[in-house]
Formats: sequence, C-alpha cells, structure tokens
Amino acid sequence: MNWRGIRAIIRKDLMVVTRSRNTMLAMIVVPLLFTVALPAGMILLSSSQDMLDEFSPDGDMALFFNNLPASINDELSAFPQPNQQIIILLTMYLFAPMFLILPMMTSSILAADSFAGEKDRKTLEALIYTPLTDAEIFIAKLLSSFVPALLVSLLGGLAYGLVVNTVAAPIMGRIFFPNLTWVALIFWVAPAAAALGLGAVVLVSSRVNSAQEANQLSGLIVVPLVLLVIGQLGGVVYLSAGVVFSIGFVFWLLGAALLWYGARTFKRGELLARL
Amino acid sequence: MQNAVISARELTRTFGDKAAVNRLTLDVLRGEIFGFLGHNGAGKTTTVRLLNGVLAFSGGSATVLGLSPAADGPALRRRTGVLTETPSLDERLNARDNLTIYAEVYDVPRDQVNRRVDEILGLFDLADRSKERVGGFSKGMKQRLALARALLHRPEILFLDEPTAGLDPQAARQVRDLITHFSRQEGHTVFMCTHNLVEAQRLCDRVGVMEHGRLLAVGTPVELARQLGSRARVEIEVAAEHVQRADSLLRSLTADVSVEHDTFMIGGVEREFVPRALAALVNAGVMVYRVAPAEPSLEDVYFALHERNETS
Ligand SMILES: Nc1ncnc2c1ncn2[C@@H]1O[C@H](COP(=O)(O)OP(=O)(O)OP(=O)(O)O)[C@@H](O)[C@H]1O
Ligand SMILES: [Mg+2]
Repeated sequence: MNWRGIRAIIRKDLMVVTRSRNTMLAMIVVPLLFTVALPAGMILLSSSQDMLDEFSPDGDMALFFNNLPASINDELSAFPQPNQQIIILLTMYLFAPMFLILPMMTSSILAADSFAGEKDRKTLEALIYTPLTDAEIFIAKLLSSFVPALLVSLLGGLAYGLVVNTVAAPIMGRIFFPNLTWVALIFWVAPAAAALGLGAVVLVSSRVNSAQEANQLSGLIVVPLVLLVIGQLGGVVYLSAGVVFSIGFVFWLLGAALLWYGARTFKRGELLARL
Repeated sequence: MQNAVISARELTRTFGDKAAVNRLTLDVLRGEIFGFLGHNGAGKTTTVRLLNGVLAFSGGSATVLGLSPAADGPALRRRTGVLTETPSLDERLNARDNLTIYAEVYDVPRDQVNRRVDEILGLFDLADRSKERVGGFSKGMKQRLALARALLHRPEILFLDEPTAGLDPQAARQVRDLITHFSRQEGHTVFMCTHNLVEAQRLCDRVGVMEHGRLLAVGTPVELARQLGSRARVEIEVAAEHVQRADSLLRSLTADVSVEHDTFMIGGVEREFVPRALAALVNAGVMVYRVAPAEPSLEDVYFALHERNETS
C-alpha cells in the first residue's frame, strides 16, 4: 500500500473541498444548527405552556407515550417535574435521529466532491495516470470523506452535550447527558451513518457526472432517519440503547455492502469509459 | 527491436463492436521523439491509455520499459509521464500545490520535493504566479503547468496528447521548446499525439500515421515520402528578364512547372533533377538567384497516405 500517495490524495481532496465556499458554509452552518441552535431552543421552550400541553396525556404527543418502554420510563422517573421529563424526551430521544444527519451529510457531501467532483472538475484523467492502484485511490477517497465525518460527529456530540447540559442546568439541576443511547449513537451509529452516506454516494457517483447530481441522488439516504423520527412520534419505535445499537448494526451492514460493491466496481478503465 | 522502449504487437481495443485501436504493431525507440498522427477519433488517446495500463486490452500485447501495462500498471506509470488532452489540473488549488501533491503521489524523494518544484516552476516560467489559483491561468500557462507536472518525477517516457492544441503561436512555441529540451538534454523518449503536421515535422524523429484505429505507416517523414513515391519539389528564382527563356527550358525538362513573377515552382522531380536543371539554365545564360529544393512535407505524406488508404 502506497500510504504516501494515499495521504497526498486525501490532502488534495480536503484542500479542494475547503476551497468551495458553499460546501464549507453547509458544513459549518448545519452542524451548528443541529448541535447548538436547535437543542438550546428546544430546552428553552420546554417550560412553555404550549410544550407542557403538547406532552400532556391528551396533547399531540399522546401517541408517543403509548408504548414507552420500561427503560425510558425508569429514566423519566428520576426527574419528577414535567418540564424536566420533556427535556429528557426531546434531547435524548426525539432529537437523536437528527443528530445522525451530521455524519451522514458530512461524509456524503465530501464523497460527492471527491468521487463525482473529480469528473466535474475534469481532474480524473491525471489521477488515473498516477502510479496509485485502483484500491489505493479508492481508499484515499474513502478516508478523505469518512475521517472528517467521524470528527464532525465526535465534535458535534461534544458540542451537543455541552449545550444541553449547560442550557438545561437551571431546570435539571445536574449533569444528565449523555445516557447509554447517546454513547451508542456517537460512537457506534454515527460512524455507521457516515459509512452509509458514503456508500450511497460511491454507488451513484459512478453513474453521474457532477458532485451536484451525486448529492441530489444520495440525499435519499436520509429517508431512514426521517422514518425514525416519524416512528418515534407515532410510538412505533423508541431509540432506547438496545434499539440504537441494532440500528447501528443495520447501518454498518448496509454501508459495508454498498462500499464493498463500490470498491469492486471502482476500476480506472471503467471510470474512463464512462467519461 | 533491441532499443525499443515501447513495443506493441497486434494491440487491440474495442468499444462495443467498434475497434478504437486495431491490431497496432509498433516500436518506439529509446530517446526518440515519436509523433503519433491521426484525425479525430483515430485512436491516439486510446493507444496512450492502453500503453499506460489504464485501459484493458481487448487483444494483442505490449511492453513498455520492459513492463506489461496490463500486469505492472503502477510500476510502469511511476516511470512514465502523461500530459493529457485537457490539462486536468485542480483549478481551485494554486500552481505549487498542484505540483507538490503530484510529487508526493509519484514518490519523488521527500527531501527533493520542494527543490524540484521550485526548479520546474522556474524552468516553466511560472515561479512568480505559483501561489495563484490555477483557475485564473491562461490556457498556455495551464498547459505549461500540466507539462511541468508530467515531468516532475523525471519520467523515462513522456506521453503528450496534443500538447499545443488551442495555444497561440507563442505559447505553442514555448511548449515545443520545453519538449525538445526534455528530449534532447535529458535523452528521454517522447510519444506525442498530434494532428499538427508542421509541428510533427519540426519536432519528431519518426512518425506513425493512424486511421480508424489502424497504423497506416511508420518512419521518418522522408522515409515515408520515399515509400509513397512522393517526389521532391524545387523552387528556382531567376532574373526577371530571363523568365521566358528559363520557362521554355524548364518545360522541356519536366512537366510540372508553374511560375509566379520570377520564381518557378517545379513539382514531382527526383533529386537528380536539381543539378541537371541548374546546369542547363546556367549554360543558357539565365541568371539564377535562388534554388530551394524542398523535401515533400509531412502534410503531403499524410494526405497521400490517407488517400491511398481510401482507394485501397
Ligand atoms: N470510453 C469510450 N467508450 C466508447 N468509445 C470510445 C471510448 N474511448 C474512445 N472511444 C472511441 O474510440 C475511437 C478512438 O478514440 P480516441 O479518443 O482514441 O481518438 P483520438 O485519436 O485520440 O481522437 P482525438 O484527436 O479526437 O483526440 C473513437 O471513435 C471514440 O469514439
Ligand atoms: Mg485524443
């Protein structure tokens, strides 16, 4: 394995992507929104009468409470006040699927720029004549999208924890974040979500000619996350630690399958033939 | 062939049922500048891809620098440099970064990367623009930078795919000078695809002419002309008052004579015609100011080849 060459390609891809203002803007604004603005807003609203009504037994959120598993009930019972319970439900459970958007989005935006963008910018041909093997190019491109996605989810998790614990401190009276769900989310599911987003982009990138097209097509990959949000609101699925762990497992499997297929079909001759 | 750094035997690549390269048999010798000529779609770019192991063969075999493109692609590409049809530069990066990254990829020794990048930026007249984004460069500058990148790792064979296409005369000349420098000073082999015949004639030691994936002929332009039976042309300038006398004299010696002012253009003659005509003119008291024999140009050869191919 020519690691020096791989590192050079990673460096190139990251330099190229950081010079695109729109992409960088998305990669800064979205994480800030999801780890700072939204959670802080939710917590500040948690004591409002509207919110208390929503979560009351005959409010809009009633469905959510229908099948609440014992583990979550236990967690809630540690906090007697309704607004405390609302904070737990919002920050720990309802928001959890949203957090997964971060690694998925980061890896897929970067991968679209790295895989499909290379065609866009007409730089693929020079890359193809380098001494790097197909596998080395593929690995370089995987890492240049996957590693930043991991960093974003780790830093995002850290920021989320800081914001949630700080803003909710007056109401909760103690540090309550993270629970087991979030530990699994940050360290197990987020990397899997990154791999899944990456796999989806790799799959579509060989068939499209621009990063933009790749992004549009691979955007569909957030559908499972939307389903999780809806599933929880409807009381069908709850992101307890066990469930989160299983979701991670499924994501890993899907992501690995996509990447394995992508790796097998990543051949410079084929890439050229499709130019 | 002994000294061949590229040798292809019956090399073939098809796309669907169309042969882009059709049973190409060719040797390119160490140190020569080889011109690969052909119309659009003749199969030039495909040949470069095959020889560098980036495209699989459909048939035949080839060795380049003693390696098999199919089996030893990475090792082979370490020793070749390719200037692609489009410069294929990262336009969001500056010139220096474009070079440095490829120096790493081509495994230029670490302690030499900076020195070599500086050196080549200087040689290619890009040093003072090295920190600027390549997106803002002129076409000529991009082409020079792309050529610099192809040379950074001191390849033994340099493949050039239409190196001066779309450049203005001055930029084209700069690029040509750099190519000659690389070949003559460093003794490396150049494989140059082009449809610029004047350029090929000026630069190339030997040329091969492709059409529809097949190689029609190989040789020096002069050899090709001989094979085709092309004859030389001569221009003879005489004193204005002797034009008439010279005219009847020359027409008695050969058929293809035309005249413009005081200069005769004579086509389709053997070399031996020149001293014979000159002696006759001088004997007849014609003042001869200039005799310019011209070998058949590569252009003559090129079109003759294509014509012959068409009729056969
Ligand atoms: N990836 C591909 N898929 C299908 N056909 C191809 C592919 N690459 C080349 N061809 C076909 O093979 C033939 C030779 O193409 P090639 O690009 O080698 O020609 P060329 O001599 O380089 O032409 P040009 O002067 O236009 O660059 C053309 O007819 C082209 O359409
Ligand atoms: Mg071509």
